[in-house]
Amino acid sequence: MHTRSVAELAAALRRGELSSEALTRLYLERIARLDGSLNAFITVAAEPALEQARAADRRLARGEGGPLTGIPIAHKDIFCSHGLRTTCGSRMLESFVAPYSAAVVERLQAAGAVLLGKTNMDEFAMGSSNENSYFGAVRNPWDLQAVPGGSSGGSAAAVAAGLCAAATGTDTGGSIRQPAALCGVTGLKPSYGRVSRWGMVAFASSLDQGGPIARSAEDAALLLAVMAGFDPRDSTSVERPVPDYAGALAQPLSGLRVGLPRQYFGEGLDSQVETVTRDAAAVLVELGAELADIDLGNTHLAVPAYYVLSSAEASSNLARYDGVRYGHRCQGPKDLLDLYCRSRGEGFGTEVKRRIMIGTYVLSAGYYEAYYRKAQQIRRLISQDFTAAFEEVDLILAPASPTPAFSLGAKTDDPVTMYLSDIYTIPVNLAGLPAIAFPAGFVAKMPVGVQLIGNYFDEARLLGAAHRFQQATDWHTRVPAFAAA
Amino acid sequence: MASIDADQVTRIAYLARLAIEPADVARYARDLSAILALAEQMNALDTSAVEPLAHPLEAPQRLRADEVSESNRRELYQSIAPSVDAGLYLVPKVIE
Repeated sequence: MHTRSVAELAAALRRGELSSEALTRLYLERIARLDGSLNAFITVAAEPALEQARAADRRLARGEGGPLTGIPIAHKDIFCSHGLRTTCGSRMLESFVAPYSAAVVERLQAAGAVLLGKTNMDEFAMGSSNENSYFGAVRNPWDLQAVPGGSSGGSAAAVAAGLCAAATGTDTGGSIRQPAALCGVTGLKPSYGRVSRWGMVAFASSLDQGGPIARSAEDAALLLAVMAGFDPRDSTSVERPVPDYAGALAQPLSGLRVGLPRQYFGEGLDSQVETVTRDAAAVLVELGAELADIDLGNTHLAVPAYYVLSSAEASSNLARYDGVRYGHRCQGPKDLLDLYCRSRGEGFGTEVKRRIMIGTYVLSAGYYEAYYRKAQQIRRLISQDFTAAFEEVDLILAPASPTPAFSLGAKTDDPVTMYLSDIYTIPVNLAGLPAIAFPAGFVAKMPVGVQLIGNYFDEARLLGAAHRFQQATDWHTRVPAFAAA
Repeated sequence: MASIDADQVTRIAYLARLAIEPADVARYARDLSAILALAEQMNALDTSAVEPLAHPLEAPQRLRADEVSESNRRELYQSIAPSVDAGLYLVPKVIE
């Protein structure tokens, strides 16, 4: 049951083969039994979940069920959830209970999804391994000594381990796609502006996007259909109609032009991961696609530009955490400066403090031109590279991560080593494009995902291509031994 | 190549209102210098003729009519504050 897709579960619920309450109990039991070893959840809300499940069962009994009615999901702990704490994986928000719910949470709730709990994440979404959480690291269900990826490590691990039917994540530099790839599940980062950021705690406002993490592209399509859409409360939300993602899944791939960026297949890419990626390309060809080599010539500048821009935006966004209106406050502050400095010093972990400081530095007088403005210029070049590529191809195929999941502690000594693992995901956020990561093979028994990048607001084509791939292969149906029980 | 030393860490931490333990300053100086070295890889390319890109879709800021659309929910929002009284957020004395 716990390895069945959202689509299958929804059909079973509508046919009355099982109740949402029974399904919710099943996931809650699995979380209670297995999450101690994974640490994928920060908060589990069993009683509210069962109440929601019973409400969903009533709707289903009246024949009012939709595609997600009664489906138990989890939200990354970066989405405000009214009445249930939202920690962002940080001591700063350890006890924070938002007085409202994020747009994403509201929409999925209105669609009848059942909220099991909030998943663990790298603190304030800063990280690529989920080792930066105040609540402890998350483990990869495929190998408990390996990282699940980050920052949406909890959501990816929970879906891979069958602790929820699907989950939400956020992606600023790869934080949906990389953990999805490392955990053998499917994760989609929508185009910038596609999904409302209202109530989604801000890390880097020009890069952040919320999206689904699920067992298949079909399931991701079902979630995205509910998550996407204009929201006047988010000033960067785009007024474009939401296509019928589920309806568009079956489009054939014949004639689809798929580009392989030369710069993504060079030094730094594990040779076995490269093989998996090229094998995936061969499958697309069998399905009717045509391959072409393309150039994304400024790729080598993306990671530096990203860490300047995202850190700058983070330093601004995290200035609100001052111990005054919400969040952690230090004990016995002697003056206002002490209140600010100690509340923030105590509330934020090391990686967050590093990024705030780099951000502060690159925005400060004398350095703004050399770093921040420079990074914005690089951003335009990265974006232009993609625009030029999409004149020649419809989709771009790329690795999602240079290696499979690495060991806990392997990259924590030097922050830059960790940053370099985002090389294939970062350019997509700089350009604001949509991209999907999905399982395509194994290396040394660890799942390896690949990434398809689409043109602006072309999520339907991305989901359709990944869906066709998943109809022709079974990588996405594999389950880690840990989760089989 | 620029790097960040202990004094700069202290200055930046002050700007960012972050308390850093003295024992940790050297470690931050080392890490921030490494990140700065990464950032300086951008200098490999002359971008002087390139227009900066701030918004990925280069969309303008959406505006709305200048009409009141929110209600006063101070009590709700202050219910989660660390220290409030009579509708005011309390902080250590600022003015002597």
